[in-house]
Amino acid sequence: MTRFRIAIIGAGPAGFYAAEHLLASSRTVDVDMYDRLPTPWGLVRAGVAPDHPKIKSVSDQFAEIAAHPRYRFFGNVEIGRTVDRGALLARYDAVLYAVGARAERLLGVEGEDLAGSLGASDFVAWYNGHPDLAGLEPDLSGTHAVVVGNGNVALDVARILLLPQHILERTDMADHALAALARSTIRHVTILGRRGAAQAAFTTSELREIVGIDDLSVTIQSDDLVAPADLSPMELRRVQRNLAVLEQARGAARAGSQRSLAFRFLRAPTAIRGDGRVQEVEVGVNRLEPGEPGVRAVDTGTRETLPADLVIRAVGYRGCALPGVPFDETSGTIPHLAGAVLSGEREFVAGWIKRGPSGIIGTNRACAVETAETLLASLSPTGPRAVPARAIEDWLAGSCPDHIDDSGWSCIDRHERSMGQACARPRVKLVTVQDMVAAARRQGVGTAPHSGPPGP
Amino acid sequence: MDVLDRACIKVCPVDCIYEGGRMMYVNVDECIDCGACEPACPAEAIYFEEDLPEELRAFSDATRDFFTGLGSPGGARKLGKQSHDAGPAASRNA
Repeated sequence: MTRFRIAIIGAGPAGFYAAEHLLASSRTVDVDMYDRLPTPWGLVRAGVAPDHPKIKSVSDQFAEIAAHPRYRFFGNVEIGRTVDRGALLARYDAVLYAVGARAERLLGVEGEDLAGSLGASDFVAWYNGHPDLAGLEPDLSGTHAVVVGNGNVALDVARILLLPQHILERTDMADHALAALARSTIRHVTILGRRGAAQAAFTTSELREIVGIDDLSVTIQSDDLVAPADLSPMELRRVQRNLAVLEQARGAARAGSQRSLAFRFLRAPTAIRGDGRVQEVEVGVNRLEPGEPGVRAVDTGTRETLPADLVIRAVGYRGCALPGVPFDETSGTIPHLAGAVLSGEREFVAGWIKRGPSGIIGTNRACAVETAETLLASLSPTGPRAVPARAIEDWLAGSCPDHIDDSGWSCIDRHERSMGQACARPRVKLVTVQDMVAAARRQGVGTAPHSGPPGP
Repeated sequence: MDVLDRACIKVCPVDCIYEGGRMMYVNVDECIDCGACEPACPAEAIYFEEDLPEELRAFSDATRDFFTGLGSPGGARKLGKQSHDAGPAASRNA
């Protein structure tokens, strides 16, 4: 029986759904999944907001996929840094990139790089304990924050800034972020959208959640909350529901609250200003014109000024090129046909780096299945042959001695969960690669049976 | 009911949408409220519980009744298609 071995690069949702489909195939496929971090689960660990444990519980599915006997995990291995593309292609029948989109899209306005102006991707990674951003130390000593963008990431960031500490304390938010948010004096958050309320990409559940925060005053500045007529029935349903939530929130504006949230639509930053650090945002007032598709925002020339001690840009993520792999600079994606990399060599692509940074976790399932189908159809019994499982372990032991395998990750996972158990949190995250590698090596750490319920 | 398009199954990240004889049933205990299935459904038959129109209430009960005896099977594909139904779909004259 011909047995194939596939390398999946990136242990996030797209990678896991691809792995699941490959492992379930009637052809015998082994999957080795690589990640540049010692920990798997991608944005489920480092992106999904810590106060969304139900969404985070999708990781149980990933753990189940990872329990498959033909699956292996190799963390703390970065393609292009510790290991190169050629070395993978020489050892595997196919390589599937599911690396996501780790960079941020920029606003392209003056002052964007002032101190106090952050990308949402960095801020989110910081509060979620991603090792790359654990040292971000955002300055939360002001009172006013401006969040630019009208997607769920903007709502996540605004909500994290506004939630009372007792809610955050029950989550797996990184300890450094919990401490910083406890000291935060940010009380007023403005969310800017360059188009109208009807064009906002928020999902209704996220919108309901933020306007429902206790003791939060919500204001909505928008000319009208009417859905355009040219939407598909499905879009219309979502938009009408969003508008209803906003309408209701506007009607229920509370006076005397300590914290406030303002939605300002048809407003885009035109400059970020300050003496050495952010002090104000100059905002251009837009109007809508028919565009392709839908409507586009056009600057009317009118300007407003908003006070701002913190600016967080949440206008989208952007994919990064992998050394030696074709890349479309315009879209920030790897060009492909049904998941097969165009001009690639036994290379495939799934998730955000394939279709761009949009959609929710489940969107990656259909996306990854398409790629896995294309990959499976390409496997030829007479084609290249992967090297044996053991040879790959030997190679990694030599080329990346600090790589983390399944048992290493299990040690990290148990350690974090047992630390969390002691303080009634889902887990306490390790936030440096060094600590993760150390925990992975301390076999048995965190596995001591608990003699009773956690103490006071 | 009686459509069984199954597009929702393809996007469910936790495989919690189960197939009965005449309709699909979301297992609310397994669902993580991500909302991926809702825009995928060409029949617009999936609602968040708080948005469910009053006249469709019976279907909310049906999604619970369907899993009586099944509990949380932990994956629709593992379980496969079920022959039974609950609620309006189980009623002979529906």
